[in-house]
Amino acid sequence: MSGARISALATLRSQIERIETAEVVHQHDRVALGHSEADTALKGGLARAAIHEVFCEGRQGAAATGFVMGLAGRVSARRPLLWVRQDFSEIETGALSMSGLSELGLDPRRVVMVRAADVESALRTSADALACDALGAVVLELWGETRQFDLVASRKLTLAAQSSGVTGLMLRMAAQPLPSTAETRWMLRAAHSPPGSAWSAWGAPRFDAELLRNRHGPCGRWIMEWNCDECQFSEPSTYPQPVAAAPAHRQDSAVFRQRRAG
Amino acid sequence: MIHALDEAAERLGLYIGQPLANARAMCPDLKVFDADVAADAKTLSDIADWCDRFTPLVALDVPHGLFLDITGCAHLFGGEAALLRTLVRALDRQGFAVSAAIAGTSVCARTLTRQATGTIVADGGEAAAIDQFPVSALGAGEAITTGLRRAGLKTIGDVASRSSHEITARFGARFSTLLAHALGQGDAPINPRKPLPDYIVEKRFAEPIATDTMIAMTLSRLADTLIASMEKQGKGARRLEAAFFRTDGVVRAITVETGRPVTRSAVIDRLFRERLDALADPLDPGFGFDMVRLSASRTEIVVQEQRDLDAHVHDNDEIAALIDRIAARIGGKRVVVHLPQDTHIPERAVWSAPAQHHLAAAMQAEWPVRTESEPPLRPLRLFDKPEPIKVPFATVPDGPPHQFTWRRALHAVVRVEGPERIAMEWWQQDGKQLTRDYFRIEDAEGLRFWIFRDGLYEGETFDGEGKPVSPNWYVHGLFA
Repeated sequence: MSGARISALATLRSQIERIETAEVVHQHDRVALGHSEADTALKGGLARAAIHEVFCEGRQGAAATGFVMGLAGRVSARRPLLWVRQDFSEIETGALSMSGLSELGLDPRRVVMVRAADVESALRTSADALACDALGAVVLELWGETRQFDLVASRKLTLAAQSSGVTGLMLRMAAQPLPSTAETRWMLRAAHSPPGSAWSAWGAPRFDAELLRNRHGPCGRWIMEWNCDECQFSEPSTYPQPVAAAPAHRQDSAVFRQRRAG
Repeated sequence: MIHALDEAAERLGLYIGQPLANARAMCPDLKVFDADVAADAKTLSDIADWCDRFTPLVALDVPHGLFLDITGCAHLFGGEAALLRTLVRALDRQGFAVSAAIAGTSVCARTLTRQATGTIVADGGEAAAIDQFPVSALGAGEAITTGLRRAGLKTIGDVASRSSHEITARFGARFSTLLAHALGQGDAPINPRKPLPDYIVEKRFAEPIATDTMIAMTLSRLADTLIASMEKQGKGARRLEAAFFRTDGVVRAITVETGRPVTRSAVIDRLFRERLDALADPLDPGFGFDMVRLSASRTEIVVQEQRDLDAHVHDNDEIAALIDRIAARIGGKRVVVHLPQDTHIPERAVWSAPAQHHLAAAMQAEWPVRTESEPPLRPLRLFDKPEPIKVPFATVPDGPPHQFTWRRALHAVVRVEGPERIAMEWWQQDGKQLTRDYFRIEDAEGLRFWIFRDGLYEGETFDGEGKPVSPNWYVHGLFA
């Protein structure tokens, strides 16, 4: 690569940086999740007025739903929540149950559900809803890979979220991460209950949450437990099992740079 | 059997109800088509749609007639005669054979159409106008018409000259009422196809409009007018209908509903824009629309709420408006809120109600309180229909399985809690429903399931010969 080219690239990069930082200057509104390591990595908590993506494999759909519901409960601060889902995901992982929701300590009264027939109408509805500042959060649940949810669509949602201050949460089941304008991207798996007293113990929901991308901080992987009474995440109470996790304090720089560029 | 015939056939002496073989004998090269009653009814209803441009009160008189209540409408078209002329000419041009008449009562007008099309009878002149017509013109049915003729009463005037108790005694009260209505003594109300909207505004065009921008502009102007007239009475619209009258007679009506009374024309404008954008079969202007009508078919009195003290009121307004917009685009049944139901059966514990109508109720619903410091007892995702799983064996007959196959994947059970027994509501159901034993299960991967055994072990499930068989297992939900 010639010198001129590199300098041109550098100029462009700095321009983009300027544009992006200009946009996110007002984005200091963060909500602590309750899990201290995750909160440190997120610089204090999950940013409001941004888009966050949660990916999972198809069979982990329920766990990811629980995690997204937890995030939505944290950021929405007693404001209504609009949950947009595609018809197909209800067949695959079942309908969101309000009894289950209230068992997690969240309030089913604040949930308005939109049953979109296809991805286009789901995307359009979410973009419309994200512009409505009376909402606390908008969740868009999509099943499988979709062509429609591309960089342009993602950018539209981000802009809508930034202008209104509403947080957008994308629940992408059975999908692979693609380049997007999301603030954070998570990969979710269900975590085991703490060992011991087999055939009996059954604790609070546990998530094996991997932060794949974080625009303003390091990534990491943690076991997070949802505390149904206090409505926040916490460190696993007793967790002697080893976790194959990337240490939060020492990020994998190669991976990190690649993600940033994407 | 001949169902209907055209003028040429009538001139040959054929008549309705004649057997087809007889008709063929009289006229060997008769062209015959099968009668399609459904298509006839559809055409009549399409014509009725078209007639909506003259008056909102249009009633069907099956199989071949329409009643239009033009009270107070005629002057808009230059008087009764001009209205009649316009209507007949327009229908004629579309290829329909039409006979029409105007009279003070619907029965009288119908009698006139059968004998003297194009007549306009002034109030009080009904009896004089029809007394020369044969009794068959009343349309009282075959038996009564024949009976009258046998009694020597050939014209309506003959029948009218008899005293009414004689007629009632011989032909029944219904016929004497019909006769009285035909003679202008009392009137039966017509039964309009659509209820009269509370407010109507419309715009006619000398030059038909076809472009989207013109349509949008027209709608927003109409919305302004509609809102202005509703505002005077303190009303807001809950359901709005826009009807587009095409020059070739096709009418397309589009309805939007709102959760709260709408009092701003910008909102109406936006709702219709969303709805028009999302139509599966878009508005086809053809050669253009020559009339657009906006009507508020359901209205409510607007309650002005205190806004300054309670910020939530404003928020709720905004959410209601958002729900209206989404509902206008994808349908009202697709935006739901949830109301708890008083039952133990998991799949019926929640009712998903349309958000437009139940938002306020849902915001105040009383949900069962969860037990503190307990893990979740109900799954976060529930299958609409429990999915069958294969369970090879259970250690204890009544106990949970060791492993199970769901969606072709084998899950080894690591942790179990249960059973939680849920009995069915025998007082609600006719057929026998089985008691379910629910288990909360965690597999080796950490996935959590809510599975149940449908029926007590060796107690409720039997094969054809009455021997107990092992019950089926299902997965009903997934925990987070």
